[in-house]
Amino acid sequence: MHELSIAMNLVELAAESAQQAGAERVVAVHVRLGTMAGVVREALEFCFPLAAEGTLLAGAQLVIEPVPLVVACTTCGRDVQPDPGSFCCPRCGTPSATIRQGRELQLVSLEIPDPEPALEERQ
Amino acid sequence: MTTRLLEIRAGVLSKNDRLAAELRARFAAAGLLALNLVSSPGTGKTALLERTLAALVAAGQRPAALVGDLATDNDARRLARSGALVRQIETRDMCHLEADMVGSHLEAAGWDLAELDYLFIENVGNLVCPSGYDLGEQIRVVLLSAAEGEDKPIKYPVLFNSADVAVITKLDLAEVCELDLALMRQNIHRVRPGIPIFETSARTGAGMDRWLAWLMERRKV
Repeated sequence: MHELSIAMNLVELAAESAQQAGAERVVAVHVRLGTMAGVVREALEFCFPLAAEGTLLAGAQLVIEPVPLVVACTTCGRDVQPDPGSFCCPRCGTPSATIRQGRELQLVSLEIPDPEPALEERQ
Repeated sequence: MTTRLLEIRAGVLSKNDRLAAELRARFAAAGLLALNLVSSPGTGKTALLERTLAALVAAGQRPAALVGDLATDNDARRLARSGALVRQIETRDMCHLEADMVGSHLEAAGWDLAELDYLFIENVGNLVCPSGYDLGEQIRVVLLSAAEGEDKPIKYPVLFNSADVAVITKLDLAEVCELDLALMRQNIHRVRPGIPIFETSARTGAGMDRWLAWLMERRKV
């Protein structure tokens, strides 16, 4: 169970980025999570609000985009999506050592309040 | 309230990755081979290391080891008998090591990296959490004991897939555990095609020569 520590890393990185952009709070956090990242989605979702408490991310929504495993098949000469739990090409069965995607644990973007419309309203 | 999207596109563990990259550069500059040993608890990381450190010291090499555990310095005291430099990392409640822990313990140990040939980092026994944390190692070694069952690699594909080399330990128990060694090898290669596999027994010394020869060869590369 290291998802709390992952959630804390995520919150720290997101809070720093939001602060640099001058945001006072974060509405939503978009994350790409590979099936090979070694992170359990449900556990991360459970830990995120705890890690976010008392930060710019308090109350923010965590939006996770799952990323399936894709490996390079040297026999077929193309990128393929193996069956769950396998690293073999589903077409020809060749095992692959080259992962193209599926290890992602990436902070993609933040949704932050946009102050501009509020200024227009005042005018 | 309207919102706007702020693009970040950074790894959640980018801070750890950055520290690990710095460590890797320091290791390379010092001509040091750094290895991260991962396995479940009780696989025999410490026993393999005891033998490995003693053999390397006897061969005139200069190994050092950082050893991670939730609690106690038992492993460090065991390993120090080999004559190698050893330091315990007590993680308290942490289930894995991170790059900053390696960096700060190296600093606290005060070792001159240029005076070392090998740095073994024995991770906390855990087949899940250490996989995503780069420690700056050049080689990640996954260990699996003869007593653990042939299907462990396919049950924990993420960690096994992150390894550069696999060591099957406790080979002296293979018969009593009715181990199908060919199937275990096959399962390792199923989740990590093509990696070298060593079969060892720290008790009898079986397979240690091949493992040590490989280590010394990798050190020269």
